[in-house]
Amino acid sequence: MSSSLPATTEVGEGLAAVPRPALGPWARAGRKLVADRTAMGALGLFILIVLACLAAPLYATYVAHTDPFTSNVEGSITVDGQDVDLIQPSTEGLGLGSVPLGPTWDYHAYFLGADAQGRDVAARLLYGGRNSLLIGGASTAICLFLAALTGLVSGFFGGVTDMLISRLLDVLWAFPIYLLAISLSIVLISHGFTIGPFEITSGSLWLPIWIIAIVYVPYVARPIRGQVLALKESEFVLAAKGLGVPDWRILLRDILPNVMTTIIVFVPLMVAINMLTESALSFLSIGVQAPDASWGTIIQDGQDLIYTRPWVAIAPGIAIVLTVLALNILGDGLRDALDPRAKLRIR
Amino acid sequence: MRRMKWLVGAAAAVGLLATAAGPASADMHRGGILRLVSASAGGTLDPKINYTLQYWTMYQYTYDGLLTFKHAAGSDGFTIVPDLAEAMPESMNGGKTYVFKLRKGIKFSNGKELDVKDVVASFQRIFKVSSPTAGSFYNGIVGADACLKTPATCTLDGGVVADEANNTITINLVAPDSEFFDKISVPHAVVLPADTPDKDMGNTPIPGTGAYMFAAYDPNKQLKAVRNPYFKVWSNDAQPDGYPDEIHYDFGLAGEDQITAIENGQADWTLDQPPADRLAEMGSKYPSQVHINTLTAMWYAPMNVNIPPFNNLKARLAVNYAIDRNAMVKLFGGKVLAQPACQIIPPGFDGYKPYCPYTKHPGARWSAPDLAKAKRLVKESGTAGQKVTIIVQDLAADKAEGTYLQSVLKSIGYDASVKVLSQNIQFTYIQNTNNKVQISITQWYQDYPAPSDFLNVLFGCDSFHPGSDSSVNIPGFCDKTIDAAMKHAMITSLTDKAAAAKEWTAVDRAMTDQAPAAVLFTPKYIDFLSKRVGNYIFNAQYYWQQNLAWVQ
Repeated sequence: MSSSLPATTEVGEGLAAVPRPALGPWARAGRKLVADRTAMGALGLFILIVLACLAAPLYATYVAHTDPFTSNVEGSITVDGQDVDLIQPSTEGLGLGSVPLGPTWDYHAYFLGADAQGRDVAARLLYGGRNSLLIGGASTAICLFLAALTGLVSGFFGGVTDMLISRLLDVLWAFPIYLLAISLSIVLISHGFTIGPFEITSGSLWLPIWIIAIVYVPYVARPIRGQVLALKESEFVLAAKGLGVPDWRILLRDILPNVMTTIIVFVPLMVAINMLTESALSFLSIGVQAPDASWGTIIQDGQDLIYTRPWVAIAPGIAIVLTVLALNILGDGLRDALDPRAKLRIR
Repeated sequence: MRRMKWLVGAAAAVGLLATAAGPASADMHRGGILRLVSASAGGTLDPKINYTLQYWTMYQYTYDGLLTFKHAAGSDGFTIVPDLAEAMPESMNGGKTYVFKLRKGIKFSNGKELDVKDVVASFQRIFKVSSPTAGSFYNGIVGADACLKTPATCTLDGGVVADEANNTITINLVAPDSEFFDKISVPHAVVLPADTPDKDMGNTPIPGTGAYMFAAYDPNKQLKAVRNPYFKVWSNDAQPDGYPDEIHYDFGLAGEDQITAIENGQADWTLDQPPADRLAEMGSKYPSQVHINTLTAMWYAPMNVNIPPFNNLKARLAVNYAIDRNAMVKLFGGKVLAQPACQIIPPGFDGYKPYCPYTKHPGARWSAPDLAKAKRLVKESGTAGQKVTIIVQDLAADKAEGTYLQSVLKSIGYDASVKVLSQNIQFTYIQNTNNKVQISITQWYQDYPAPSDFLNVLFGCDSFHPGSDSSVNIPGFCDKTIDAAMKHAMITSLTDKAAAAKEWTAVDRAMTDQAPAAVLFTPKYIDFLSKRVGNYIFNAQYYWQQNLAWVQ
């Protein structure tokens, strides 16, 4: 926030006006956010999901006693005192096919049943959430950093720099986002990516992270650039320029703090969008690679079982809906708290 | 006596009635459109190049060769009958020369009359377009060596000789070949018009002499076959008239959707193995529409013997010991649809003697994986920790098998990953050595009923062509001793089938011990037909006879 904002004072009833320490803009935004019960509920739900996913190894090792990454087609477990095959051969009609164990609703083992490989769906769901959240979070951080950098430089310096950066963003923007992400994934997923000493191997999570981060840069950079263009003409920037303050200092000390609210508002929204993109890519087998799991890959596993064991696909679907919903509500709350006048809203 | 006479008389009357009613009843079923579906197309439509079961079944009613496999039910389909040739030729010159008399009056679907020049040009075209079996099936024809070296100028001089005056074709072989009739009965030897361009015709249909002709082909959408307007039946065994007026093959439908479409009567049949979660439903709700037949085929995981880690015999053995074949069978659809296997010759073939060294209790049958031994072998091979990529098709069963194999490879110490490719390209991709495929999962369905079609074709030195998409020896395996034994067995079978069978048994064991592939199981074929389809005929050679199905 600009330091030009006026400090606030409150007047006590029946007393002479006593100046109280003014609340900073961040503190006021924080108070406003805390007062927003819907946003706080969403934050609570998101934290709960994150904690549950972080606890995946504990759940798999100490509660479910299962390895969710190893096929267990010939395995069996004890349910209600009886040995039950994880993949059960059909006994009806011609005896064709086999069906994975359904939900036991017992959190000790196979709470949500088994997938076609005999793996514990609940444990995979938690592990998958870790990857989905990691990719969503990391790609958001990279995307926002690149977007802020390009938006600031392009908007502030203008001229040729602005033209080059803007056209580059236009080119990226011209591709439908999913088409671009799918194309990049297909090209890179089989051979990985190498630039000089930096190498990303084909199965690495860094591939979907970078791909998702890059395709969304224009999405965020454009509003930042617009804001910088307006701020560049504001009095405090012109005054700083008049006083001979170096450009980099104006950018860091005067412009960046003013666009920071926009960037922060983008955080939960971009995490949500990036998680959805990751799920889509993984569903198409071009995101997270087996045997690693993400919510997208689990939905893909469940696609082949949709008739007999729909929970394999439904459970990660619900997880995605809840997480994205929580992040979107939190994003709205953040926007209201940080910049109530802003029109920025991402659907 | 009287009663007996009456019975005989009644039987004769019934027989006469049936004979009289037969054609009329058959005519009732003539017409309609047979609707086939598959997840993807089978690649090029050129019958000299395509090497997929998907299109080979269709070539049976669109193209003809000098000889062909009989259009009959069951193992009678293994019988070879004359097709464009008037009769089966006599063996001359000690089994090195065969003279075929060509039938007269047969026309291609473009109206041009078939003659001996078409036959010669068609044999030359096998080499000119580098047919995948040019080097393995037809290299025994005189002049084939030169054709293999310089395909563009192939003449097969002295190998395939036309006599226009007598309407005969003489084929001379370098040496007697017990499987020569089999080899010229498969689609790569069909006869096409002499003016067919000497290049892969891809999506462009080539005229044929069959009861049907391809009218349009878009690999992303549909293949359409319609009646050949110039077709007249010359042999019911070789090229019977079909029942449907048109056969439409639609591509792009996912496995689940294919089954739903058939259940709802929107499609009549699917090529693809049904998704595992629909099998129970099909078996319990639609049992009368399900047909299960044993195949002479195998699912296997070829391992590239020329690049790490599977250039090490111990690494290949380890994979064989580690695989739980029961799990593989379960993922495929259960014991009703497959049987675990370790060896290359499938059950029912000459030379088949049950053999399985890759199990906890080595012997005739597979019983259980031996993970401890597998881990020990990986350690001894020094290949532990190496990266291995498994290439599979994008079908549900293939992906499930691939994921399972990845888990197995990880459990014995490899850093394994799975790469899924479209069914359209996976089979050619894994053949090309330039793609450096280490291990894949694929299937092999016999070209013709002989053990050499599995052993020699899949693992013989002549089938390995580095850098080519047509190198069906996927592991790149070439053992001179085993290769010599195979050639000897083929010569033996000219004179003594029983002795040859024993030699093939020995070759099978030697090859299995070298483990260029991990044989997984012997599949059965499941045909799921819509309710309206009648006259289901399963031919052991080319499976369901689509052209003989009734759709009305």
